Amino acid sequence: MACKMLSIRKLNSSGALCCALLAALLVAGCSGGERRVDSGTAAGVLHWGNASEPASLDPQIANGVPEQKILSALWEGLVGKHPVTLEPIPAGASHWQISDDRRTYRFHLRSDARWSNGEPVTAEDYRWAWWRALQPELGNSFATMLFPIVNAQAYWRGEIDDFSQVGVRVVDPLTLEVELSHPTGYFLQLLDMPTLYPLHRASIERHGAATARASRWSYPGNLVSNGPFQLAEWQINRRIVVAKNPHYWDAAAVALNQIIFYPTENTTTEERMFRAGQLHYSYDVPVNKMAYYASQRPAELVVAPYLGSYFYRFNTRRPELADPRVRRALARAIDRRQLTEQVLRAGQLPAYAMTPPNTAGYYPPASAEAQLSFDPAAARALLAEAGYPDGAGLGPIEILYNTQDEHRKVAVAIQQMWKQHLNVDATLQNQEWKVYLDTERRGDYQITRASWIGDYVDARNFLEIWLCDSDNNRTGWCDPQFDQLLLEQLPAATSQAERHRLLQSAEQRLLDGLPLLPIYTYTSKHLVHPDLNGYTANLLNQPLFKQLSLVRQPPALTP
Amino acid sequence: MSWALLQLIARRLATAAVLLVVVAAGTFALIHAAPGGPFSADRAVSAEVETALAAQYRLDQPPLLQFASYLGNALRGEFGPSFKYPGREVSELIAAGLPATLELALYALLLALVVGISVGALAASRPGTLRDRLPMGAALVGICLPAFVLGPLLVLVFGVYNEWLPVSGWGELAGDKLLPTVTLAAGYAAYIARLTRAGLREQLRQPYIVTARAKGLGGAAVILKHALRGALLPVVAYLGPACAGLIAGSFVVETIFQIPGIGRFYIQAAFNRDYTLILGLTLFFATLITLFNLLADLLALWLDPRQREAL
Repeated sequence: MACKMLSIRKLNSSGALCCALLAALLVAGCSGGERRVDSGTAAGVLHWGNASEPASLDPQIANGVPEQKILSALWEGLVGKHPVTLEPIPAGASHWQISDDRRTYRFHLRSDARWSNGEPVTAEDYRWAWWRALQPELGNSFATMLFPIVNAQAYWRGEIDDFSQVGVRVVDPLTLEVELSHPTGYFLQLLDMPTLYPLHRASIERHGAATARASRWSYPGNLVSNGPFQLAEWQINRRIVVAKNPHYWDAAAVALNQIIFYPTENTTTEERMFRAGQLHYSYDVPVNKMAYYASQRPAELVVAPYLGSYFYRFNTRRPELADPRVRRALARAIDRRQLTEQVLRAGQLPAYAMTPPNTAGYYPPASAEAQLSFDPAAARALLAEAGYPDGAGLGPIEILYNTQDEHRKVAVAIQQMWKQHLNVDATLQNQEWKVYLDTERRGDYQITRASWIGDYVDARNFLEIWLCDSDNNRTGWCDPQFDQLLLEQLPAATSQAERHRLLQSAEQRLLDGLPLLPIYTYTSKHLVHPDLNGYTANLLNQPLFKQLSLVRQPPALTP
Repeated sequence: MSWALLQLIARRLATAAVLLVVVAAGTFALIHAAPGGPFSADRAVSAEVETALAAQYRLDQPPLLQFASYLGNALRGEFGPSFKYPGREVSELIAAGLPATLELALYALLLALVVGISVGALAASRPGTLRDRLPMGAALVGICLPAFVLGPLLVLVFGVYNEWLPVSGWGELAGDKLLPTVTLAAGYAAYIARLTRAGLREQLRQPYIVTARAKGLGGAAVILKHALRGALLPVVAYLGPACAGLIAGSFVVETIFQIPGIGRFYIQAAFNRDYTLILGLTLFFATLITLFNLLADLLALWLDPRQREAL
């Protein structure tokens, strides 16, 4: 129909050939008007923007967020997470018992849990998978998630070579017992991470050594998984299709027939795909499109708090930044509210600490905001006290960030604030991602942009990167008391309240030392088609695919 | 085929072989000099993992040894495993991306030739008139407008404001090959139009055309039967670089339209520091460019008797 609108009346002169060709191509190209989302909704096929081509679908090798999305459709851990509250919910295990000393967990597996080839899922499948996860040659960067288990870390380091000494025990085919080295409140959350998924040993060993990275066991036709969906198709850089797994124990409750994941690494293209009806869900929203969706199509824009912190690292080894008063002055001279409301404009929260507020009930010390809030006069006083009255003698200070428009905008705003309030000059330096990582790791910087996204909902996950010997610290800041709080006192805590008190003490020490400049707490932002039902944003930005469904909605009235 | 021609081909192939080794060495040196490695990530990887991975991919060996063994394998047609995608061979990735890239390049080349030559010929037939100035002006714009501007523009008009055509994909939705083809072809069509016009203007001044005209041949017949063959020589000479450019340069269009071609792999490989994939693709592109230039030269020999005699 639209094609007919292109009628060519003047078929003369030089344009004629062009027009004829274009017309011919257009006629050949007209799609008949149906949008992919509409046919998808009718057929129960979800079209999902997924950011990038997955490196691997081996749950113990893949470590990116896009991979994790696909893996969570294919697999299921012992315990899942509620899609709204993130509280533990039964998954591979129907129920479990925790010992009084909170160190021993006994999981009772579902008797009707099946692999996608129909075989039963047993406790041994979990034990074997965890053994594999702890083989360094596999290159599993999330093996540390198993370290709360007795002797897991020692086994990983090669200090013991008998896996039976690690605290994982198969009691009977449907019972798995796990012993932790000390009470770990967030242990149940870890069971939902890809590294702790069960694996089907026979199908892996059929395609090579158990720990071979280059194995093809996780390819279509070979991959055996235990989740609501099974791998149907993988076309490199084009699409990954997962189809409903008929053997899944809860298959009756799975509404979708297929999910198609697209590697949409270009967010601008992705947004156009969404607008043209090619996607039900976008992985991200370009910053410059936020205002349009917020005002014109608010029902499709989903913005929610996200468990991640955006901050700057101070290189405390640099003489000009070695004085905490200088760092505090820089931190107090930036107006975070102005940054989030006028520069970022996607609901981000100004941050005055490392840990996002309400991380599983934990809040950073109440005094944090007062200590770091925007106060130019106090900032100038601190700077003068440190020997740089009116900024004299300090700077220029370089802010290093990885090349991305959003980071540049934040850096430019901070540059202006420092100039205006402290009379300190800052220069901006951007580097390509891996160059930036290398520069930061070598400590060849003054201030770098950084972020940390929580793996699980617990404040320790945010604080542990500031331990003296953490490879993620990178600032040269080291506080033995901070280490002692996290490494010695925290494991011995006997109640949630005590634990939170200790975490707050540690965070307070971190904010006193201030190797970082907290800026904001992330939000996740997605475009979601009205047909998609059952989608709820959560703090980990982790959907529960088995609960999603597609229901045709009457088209919204556009003004 | 004459002896001189065979010699020429042999000489060119020998040069190409040396060139490829130099390209490989240069690329190898550059990627290893670039900061950051294939396994570096924001989240620090533990020392145990780092050692295990370096050993597995032989990154712990001296660079010269690494390069020597790479060359040895490449000669046997093995370009090694990808660093980023465990389990995938570089040759497998190239094979997976090549069809889309080749198809896109072929369509774009055909479109560019048809549009470029006809527009150029029409313009040359009436120099100085509106029929000349309008398309030539448009061609200038076409040359100047980069794909990353034209592509999104076409997408907005034809895909988003009017939902006539898909905004992305390749062979997934009906008509999704059209916009990428036009985007990629535009610059080449414009250049070919200008080349054709210039070549034709020159030919039309030659004595043999005057003779043909004097014999009573009409304007169209003169151009199509006589002048065009000579006028297309510059276009043919341009075909080699154009083909190479269409294949190696399609990454912008592939990125804009989410086309699963090798151009997109090339960009991702560079960002991922996927050493073997970068090397494999660079060698592949270098081979293509050399090959197409040779073919274009041979085609010119066939078209131009003067060049044949000069051999």
